[in-house]
Amino acid sequence: MTALIDTPNLADHDGFYEELLATHKGLSEAESQALNAQLVMILANHIGDRTVLSEALALARKTPLG
Amino acid sequence: MPYDYQPFPYTAPPGLTAPEPRHKVVIVGAGPIGVAMALELANYGVPSVVLDDNNVVSVGSRAICWSKRSLEILDRLGIGDKSVEKGVTWKVGRTFHRDKEVFNFDLLPEEGHKMPAFVNLQQYYVEEFLVRAALDNDLVDVRFKNEVVEVDQTAEAATVRIETPDGEYSLETEYLIACDGAKSPIREMMGLDFAGELFEERFLIADIEMTADTPSERWFWFEPTFHPGQSALLHKQPDNIYRIDLQLGWDADPVEEKKPEKVIPRIEKVVGHSDFKLDWVSVYTFQCRRLERFVHDRVLFVGDSAHVVSPFGARGGNGGLQDVDNLGWKLAAVLEGRADSGLLETYNTERTYGTDENILNSTRSTRFMTPADGAERLFRDQVLALAAKAPFARSWVNSGRLSVPCVYPVNGADDKALPRVSRPGAVAPDAPMGNGWLLNALGGRMVVLALGCQAPEVAGAEVLTPEITDEIRRRYMGEAEKTVYLIRPDQVIAARWPYVDRTAVEATIEAIWRGE
Ligand SMILES: Cc1cc2nc3c(=O)[nH]c(=O)nc-3n(C[C@H](O)[C@H](O)[C@H](O)COP(=O)(O)OP(=O)(O)OC[C@H]3O[C@@H](n4cnc5c(N)ncnc54)[C@H](O)[C@@H]3O)c2cc1C
Repeated sequence: MTALIDTPNLADHDGFYEELLATHKGLSEAESQALNAQLVMILANHIGDRTVLSEALALARKTPLG
Repeated sequence: MPYDYQPFPYTAPPGLTAPEPRHKVVIVGAGPIGVAMALELANYGVPSVVLDDNNVVSVGSRAICWSKRSLEILDRLGIGDKSVEKGVTWKVGRTFHRDKEVFNFDLLPEEGHKMPAFVNLQQYYVEEFLVRAALDNDLVDVRFKNEVVEVDQTAEAATVRIETPDGEYSLETEYLIACDGAKSPIREMMGLDFAGELFEERFLIADIEMTADTPSERWFWFEPTFHPGQSALLHKQPDNIYRIDLQLGWDADPVEEKKPEKVIPRIEKVVGHSDFKLDWVSVYTFQCRRLERFVHDRVLFVGDSAHVVSPFGARGGNGGLQDVDNLGWKLAAVLEGRADSGLLETYNTERTYGTDENILNSTRSTRFMTPADGAERLFRDQVLALAAKAPFARSWVNSGRLSVPCVYPVNGADDKALPRVSRPGAVAPDAPMGNGWLLNALGGRMVVLALGCQAPEVAGAEVLTPEITDEIRRRYMGEAEKTVYLIRPDQVIAARWPYVDRTAVEATIEAIWRGE
């Protein structure tokens, strides 16, 4: 049993994906990294559930990476 | 005015001419922790000998921030009021990024406690007050210029060999307490591992004397324009002395950086003028380490000999005083035959637990201040950037989480409906009581605190039934009409019940003495 939702949960995922890319548009590599780091922390604070966050970190750390 | 270092007197110890009878307790080290330990034991009627290789107090301010809990402990040792009077009381900390305030905290937002959240007082004053109290106490025998050079132990006793200006002698003792500091020679002599982490960073720590109108607050900067790319701390002490910490980077040369011609221009940039005098300068590298065990049969480790932390959080000296608080009553009971060495083992389990919390917090702060290249730096910098635009990120800015006592994982009964601040394992919160204070009334005894009810006579504890004030209701009762608390001699809450049950209270008392 996991607390993290890893099945489809976002209605307009294609739209969100496009918006995510658009948000990075025109940024340098370093600025993009900074934006991503801020985004992670903003979302983590919004989620506010330590178990969900730990599971999300573990999922992201699972291979394959990159 | 800079501090006037007066040497304490040396007198030739009796052991030089004839063997001394076996002592109950010998303490190695007359730093703040060793002397506090001796005074705490004296409060329980236990005599001790304190040996120190030196004869002056700490050179330089070193520990300046003394926590509320430390002040409560010092109060029991007779120097609480004096320390508050001499010290600079503060409770607000402000953290800046570049030149903008990003975060602030108030460590004691409520009234009704005898002691303030923190006072700043140079370590040399605290040591002087403690040593003077010890020299006045018949149960404490302080011996300066007595250096311990060898230690040994059997099942019944520990033995130390001591060098003095007049030659060598030996002492035998039922218990030896090593309060010999971060570099603990006793730890070395016993070959004990001091595992942990060194932070590859250097900090310039300076005391300056100047007159200024700055409020009594802790000011911490990340990447200030006056010290680009690094961190800085400014803190007020008594006698117009200010403490300045400047992060220097790992490549800084510690010898060069201590030279006044290097230090003075750096400080001019912090304070914005050159109207100050340098009082003390040192360059430090910080570590977080601890002994695996604090109890080694007849040898007990207390204070920096058992654990060291980086200072951002003031958990070093304050943590050491909490060791003293935890050990005093237990060792006294073992020496009296009231308890067996199982109770001493709880000093080990409880204080390694508290130490781990201190190390965890100190490590997190130091890492935030000195991030490694790569992801650590990326996230650290982005927390600071985010703090300027989102309130949640302000509390993520970590310039030190200041010392608070841990909540011990005790086994006593609990009623979750009662206030969380006074749950079992926590230090009993203070409150006004009559013309005085609850913590003073608790003293260093096992106490049954009966609120809103009459507690029966209980074997092995004194019963206290204070009048129910607003503070006592808020901190101990909540919505309950009656409660019974069992409080240990170190003022830690052992158990609590929403009803009166003499058998349960007595069983818990017996379990405490058995070390359960
Ligand atoms: C820059 C800095 C800032 C700090 N700030 C704070 C703070 O704000 N708050 C806080 O709580 N803590 C702070 N600390 C930590 C604090 O200074 C220590 O935790 C504290 O000094 C520990 O006390 P101690 O008695 O265990 O050891 P020490 O003070 O080191 O005393 C050990 C004593 O043992 C003696 N000794 C050593 N070897 C022998 C021997 N062989 N025989 C006889 N005697 C011996 C030494 O001479 C010394 O007197 C700070 C430390 C530093 C360096």
